[in-house]
Amino acid sequence: MAEKSDRKLNNILMMSSSPHIRSKESTRRIMADVIIALLPAVAWGTYYFGPRVLLVALVTVASCVISEFICEKIMKRDITIGDLSAVVTGVLLALNLPPAIPLWIAAIGGIIAIVLIKQIFGGIGQNFMNPALGARVILLLSWTQHMTNWTNPRMPAAADTVSNATQVADAVSTATQIADVAYSVSSVADAVSSATSVADAVSSATPLIYAKTGQDVLGGVARPEYLDLFLGRVLGSIGEISVLVLLIGAAYLLIRKVITLSIPLSYIGTVALLTWILGGDKPFTGDFLYHILAGSLILGAFFMATDYSTSPVMEKGRIIMGIGCGIITVVIRLYSNYPEGVSFAIILMNLLVPLIDKFTIPRAFGGESRIERHN
Amino acid sequence: MGLCEVITGKKKFHGGIAIPHCKNTAQCETIKMGVPEKVTIPMLQHVGEPCKVLVKKGDEVKVGQLIGASGKYVSAPIHSSVSGTVTDISKMVCMNGAYVDAVEIKTDGRQEIHESVKPPSYHNDAELLELIKGSGLVGLGGAAFPTHVKLSPPKEKVIDTLIVNGAECEPYITSDYREMVENSWNIISGIYILKDLLKAKQVLIGVEDNKPEAIKIMTNIANTSGKIDIIKLKTRYPQGAEKMLIYALTGRKVPSRRLPMDVGVIVMNVNSVSFVAEYVKTGMPLIKKRVTVDGPVVNNPSNVEVLIGTHLSDVFEFCGGFKEEPYKVIMGGPMMGVSQHSLENPVLKFTNAILAFDRKTAESVKKESPCIRCAKCVQVCPMNLLPLFLNASSIRRNTAGLKKYNVMDCIECGCCSYICPAKRHLVQSIRLGKVLLRKEES
Repeated sequence: MAEKSDRKLNNILMMSSSPHIRSKESTRRIMADVIIALLPAVAWGTYYFGPRVLLVALVTVASCVISEFICEKIMKRDITIGDLSAVVTGVLLALNLPPAIPLWIAAIGGIIAIVLIKQIFGGIGQNFMNPALGARVILLLSWTQHMTNWTNPRMPAAADTVSNATQVADAVSTATQIADVAYSVSSVADAVSSATSVADAVSSATPLIYAKTGQDVLGGVARPEYLDLFLGRVLGSIGEISVLVLLIGAAYLLIRKVITLSIPLSYIGTVALLTWILGGDKPFTGDFLYHILAGSLILGAFFMATDYSTSPVMEKGRIIMGIGCGIITVVIRLYSNYPEGVSFAIILMNLLVPLIDKFTIPRAFGGESRIERHN
Repeated sequence: MGLCEVITGKKKFHGGIAIPHCKNTAQCETIKMGVPEKVTIPMLQHVGEPCKVLVKKGDEVKVGQLIGASGKYVSAPIHSSVSGTVTDISKMVCMNGAYVDAVEIKTDGRQEIHESVKPPSYHNDAELLELIKGSGLVGLGGAAFPTHVKLSPPKEKVIDTLIVNGAECEPYITSDYREMVENSWNIISGIYILKDLLKAKQVLIGVEDNKPEAIKIMTNIANTSGKIDIIKLKTRYPQGAEKMLIYALTGRKVPSRRLPMDVGVIVMNVNSVSFVAEYVKTGMPLIKKRVTVDGPVVNNPSNVEVLIGTHLSDVFEFCGGFKEEPYKVIMGGPMMGVSQHSLENPVLKFTNAILAFDRKTAESVKKESPCIRCAKCVQVCPMNLLPLFLNASSIRRNTAGLKKYNVMDCIECGCCSYICPAKRHLVQSIRLGKVLLRKEES
């Protein structure tokens, strides 16, 4: 008898709570899917702006992965660089930077994204705003002239304009410094935003400037056609210019069920509706197609606003988030000094996500007041 | 006549998952296993009060003899499945963690039938219910709820629909399927007995559409008898869960924390229905069970008719033994079954499958990583819950959060844990959360 119970103890089988099988889904697989979906945009950026783009992407990815590793070492957490989420942040950050960005700024961007926005708040799944966008906004406010220098490094013909632009931007940044000294926060903000718009106008860069100023020709360059915007033959951030390649990536994410359509559709729909109503000289005459194709709306709606950690978990909440992003984007584009508002819109809505989740708790199957219905 | 039409289910429940079917034993006809050398019959094989042992060490027992009973209403008597000598009354840990008596019987191989086993007769509903109670029948789909309790709804609950559950949505298990293919006439006679008892107006048999042969056979028989509808259901886990099945077949939603009878429905597993017919014919209580024996390390996966109390090791031995040492043994399906600590555990009344997994299959249940809020668990939850927040509340022992996110509505089907890319132990934490909340409320 004793012998038998000994055998039982030694041969004790593995016990665990059900279910005893799991799907092949994994965090790494999802992140790999996102990276694959972003590759067309990286490829188009490289083709259009030249090989420097690859260098920028390499720097941001390396900066993100290394900061994640060091951070987790210092904080004595499990090392999670294997889940590829830091790589995704790096690639997204690169796509949100101008092609001529100095590499050291790109590197700092990666550090901000991972250390300041992701790891300090608890690592993957805990960040309160999209790390890549948060970093982009901090870079924009810190190095406005570099972050709004939209020249194409592949085109030497633009050299004149560049130096012009830089000079003006320099002048403006001096203005910023002066304003800084003046201790007035609001005037700093004003100066910064005017710096942005002036710099934008002078390098006659992003297509949204035409919408902002209502001009068809700026600095001798005509407003781009819809087809140019769709294919990506315009200036702008590395990854935002071509709607076509972004949609290819988005389709891949949808097929792989990594994202759902709730946020992109409600976001883009809201922008279209509001710019059509408010964007023209008279109500209901706005050029909504231009507002959809230009700027970083497509990149933001499909790849940034859908970020898991910073979007609601219920489809209903996601629609609310999309509409909110749309409203803020349009308000910034039409009524502020900034030509573009996608980054600000998304990070502002990111902050509301816990609240949205709280108000969209679904009714359980058969829950609440349905008790009397069948008897 | 239009009778040959196979009706498709009315409603699609929210969420659910597509999982590998692994119905390797679908074509394996049931084979009868001989009498093992000894059996262990625990006194708790149902939901409710454990039975008291009615025999003592050294007693001679016969097949069908009552060896355990309880005075309580929510309980089910237990009978000997073999003839032989009681060698010991030991204690064992049951599946729900309770520590109960178990009768160990050394068999004599003669399988003499006890004199109490004879074809019963009954004249009214009350007598029939008494018979079913005496048969020891519990829900054979795996829930193990005493059948006589289920069949006695309070007077004010009008039952208009009897649903027979042949969905069998768990991977591997084919014991319900074999019943429909091999004993379809028994199922139909059982349905008539229960339909009269419940005064039900309609009978619906739900079968998933990955079992076309069962649908065909059942439809042919139902056509000749009429008034029974076979309903084809989309193959999607957990289609066989009671609330999901009722919704798919009738469009009715069982309210939170209520029973099917609250929407006029009684759900019975095909095997339970079939047993009722068998019992009324022969009077032999519940002493044997068809068990699907499968899993990557089993040499000959099969459907085996096993005497209740037979040790798992004997059943696996009967199926050709193992290719390699099993790492994990599960009683029931891989989604909701219970892992066993020992191969010396006995087959119980409601055991529908025993599965043996190797290390590789078992270790797909990996180490947890942080939740990335992908909300896949929300998308698959058939009860429309938010498993990720339940998980967080449970870990923080936050009972207010558990209540807010309706922890008690969870049916523990396992869809959320299955799909979770971070491999979080969602169902496990929700189970703990339920205990936590119950403790606080009491």
